[in-house]
Amino acid sequence: MYTQGLDQKGQTSKPAAVEESAEQLAAFQARIDAEEKIEAKDWMPEAYRRTLVRQISQHAHSEIIGMQPEGNWLTRAPSLKRKAILLAKVQDEAGHGLYLYSAAETLGVSRDQMVADLLAGKAKYSSIFNYPTLTWADIGAIGWLVDGAAIMNQIPLCRCSYGPYARAMVRICKEESFHQRQGFEIMLELTRGSDEQKAMAQDALTRWWWPSLMMFGPSDKDSKHSAQSMAWKIKRFSNDELRQKFVDVTVPQAEFLGLKVPDDDLELDEASGHYRYGDIDWQEFYDVLAGNGPCNRQRMAKRQGAHDDGAWVREAAQAYAAKQAAKAA
Amino acid sequence: MNADEALLTYVLRVADNALITGQRMIERVAGEAELEEELANANFALDYIGQARMLYTYAGELEGEGRSEDDFAYLRDTQEFRNFLLAEQPNGHFGDAIVRQFLFESFYLLQLEALADSRDKRLAEIAARAEKEIRYHLRHAAQWLVRLGDGTDESHARVARSLAEQWRYTGEFFAGDEVDSILQSEFRGPDLDALREQWLANVTEVLEEATLAVPGETFMATGGRQGLHTEHLGFLIAEMQHLQRAYPGASW
Amino acid sequence: MNKEWPLYEVFIRSRSGLSHKHAGSVHAADDQMALDHARDTYTRRMEGVSLWVVRSDQIVASDPAETSAFFEPAEDKIYRHPTFYEVPDGVENL
Repeated sequence: MYTQGLDQKGQTSKPAAVEESAEQLAAFQARIDAEEKIEAKDWMPEAYRRTLVRQISQHAHSEIIGMQPEGNWLTRAPSLKRKAILLAKVQDEAGHGLYLYSAAETLGVSRDQMVADLLAGKAKYSSIFNYPTLTWADIGAIGWLVDGAAIMNQIPLCRCSYGPYARAMVRICKEESFHQRQGFEIMLELTRGSDEQKAMAQDALTRWWWPSLMMFGPSDKDSKHSAQSMAWKIKRFSNDELRQKFVDVTVPQAEFLGLKVPDDDLELDEASGHYRYGDIDWQEFYDVLAGNGPCNRQRMAKRQGAHDDGAWVREAAQAYAAKQAAKAA
Repeated sequence: MNADEALLTYVLRVADNALITGQRMIERVAGEAELEEELANANFALDYIGQARMLYTYAGELEGEGRSEDDFAYLRDTQEFRNFLLAEQPNGHFGDAIVRQFLFESFYLLQLEALADSRDKRLAEIAARAEKEIRYHLRHAAQWLVRLGDGTDESHARVARSLAEQWRYTGEFFAGDEVDSILQSEFRGPDLDALREQWLANVTEVLEEATLAVPGETFMATGGRQGLHTEHLGFLIAEMQHLQRAYPGASW
Repeated sequence: MNKEWPLYEVFIRSRSGLSHKHAGSVHAADDQMALDHARDTYTRRMEGVSLWVVRSDQIVASDPAETSAFFEPAEDKIYRHPTFYEVPDGVENL
């Protein structure tokens, strides 16, 4: 999910500290081209390592911050069944964050460091989670649209050239297979319900549609690191390709629900079989990335609060472990 | 009160404890000290919600008026809930949550062990299943209590305070009434006097390991099982039931 | 004291009869906590019947730079494999 290439704009590549010979680079690329997996301790170009750390940690942060908008409705879920399902889903997000942090840690960066970068605003997370969940229908829309978009992105990542990332993604994709369906089911239930519930469902689609399209990141012409990531087989499809695929599968689902996609330019191009969609408001995207979305501050404050409130707990556990170790010695 | 009425009331009490405990755990989501504890907390909450669902469903069958699990959870008002006062207390910090979980589950596990041997077959089955879950919870809570009690000066002071604050709600576990008596005599339910002794012994053992003193005799607050709750429960219920109340009869 | 909890590697036996397989890792302050965290993280969907956890810094690993010296000598010893040997048609139970 959530590998929008968020902080690619204005990113300057630091020169590698270690000399990397043309021979080494060529041998590395040959392994990639042969579809060999790169493992943690294998030689790799510094830029490859850095790209992965950035992408995987961004992905992990997105999972963790992503717990908040859905967590917002856990205490108010309208039935015990829905409460249990939503809780299992939010828990999965914590688990997926954990798998991803672990994958990034194999590249020599600590989770502490990654979390510190997030809290300092140096690391990004997916822009989608800076939008508020205002009604129960938003929980349906997130599962249906946001997880739907995430799956588009994540399935190819299961074949990513970096072994630990690919393995984490296999596990994540397997576990997430119920996430989108539970979201669609919520929408279905609402659209079969009262007029108020139908309006709630339409309102949620209207608010989440465009932010979901933005999840795939900037248009290919503005996404300058894409080519290198494709060559390294970290990425398998471009942002625009994935976005198109998402629109193509999602529009018929909206029609099935009897909901209107909020795009007057949307139409099926019979020749290509693809839907043409209207212009994305990239200004909104960059505003949200810059910290000015509806919930950026709230999300970060909550994360910072949990981190700070937990400090004494983490310290106590270490102090206890140290005492036990001293006793055993 | 006849045996059937007592059984129904008893099942609802156990269910309410599970639901309210689970709901408080859910409030903690995305606020844990470490990521791994998020997974643990969610597992615990899922276990409790699952137990509540099984018990409410059974209560509906016992009552025979067609009430579903959600009718019990979402359409009773605050004073109809019969959970312990301890369960509804606000979360506070991680140490408060651990102390509450430890004190309650030290009781709940013994209760479930006894119920697993009950003459009422359905209740015994549900209890046997829940017992496995709570055994793991309690182990987790006890280990954390030891780490916090015997951790840093700060953590020790914090959980000592949590313990002093919450101890007064433990008397209610053992303040049996007619329902408990009937359950014991007719359905081979728990013997609360025996449970109290066992509970105190188990709790004392862990508190000692945690370098915490067992609180002395103190005033014990009761009322939960008569529906006389603290002010905190009303807000929990209002939040939980919001959608069902705002859109009566809607299906979600 | 403000460094992070140590990292543990997690191995799961998915059912009896199979060997333990690496599943991922968790952070934990002590061994018991590592087991709990492994349980709560990696066995949510009935993935296992047994768990091992081991401190990551206790694992001794072969050096990828030495891969050829370490593993390639096994390549030319094809006589260790049964397919190396000729079994004439008509000979059974061999």
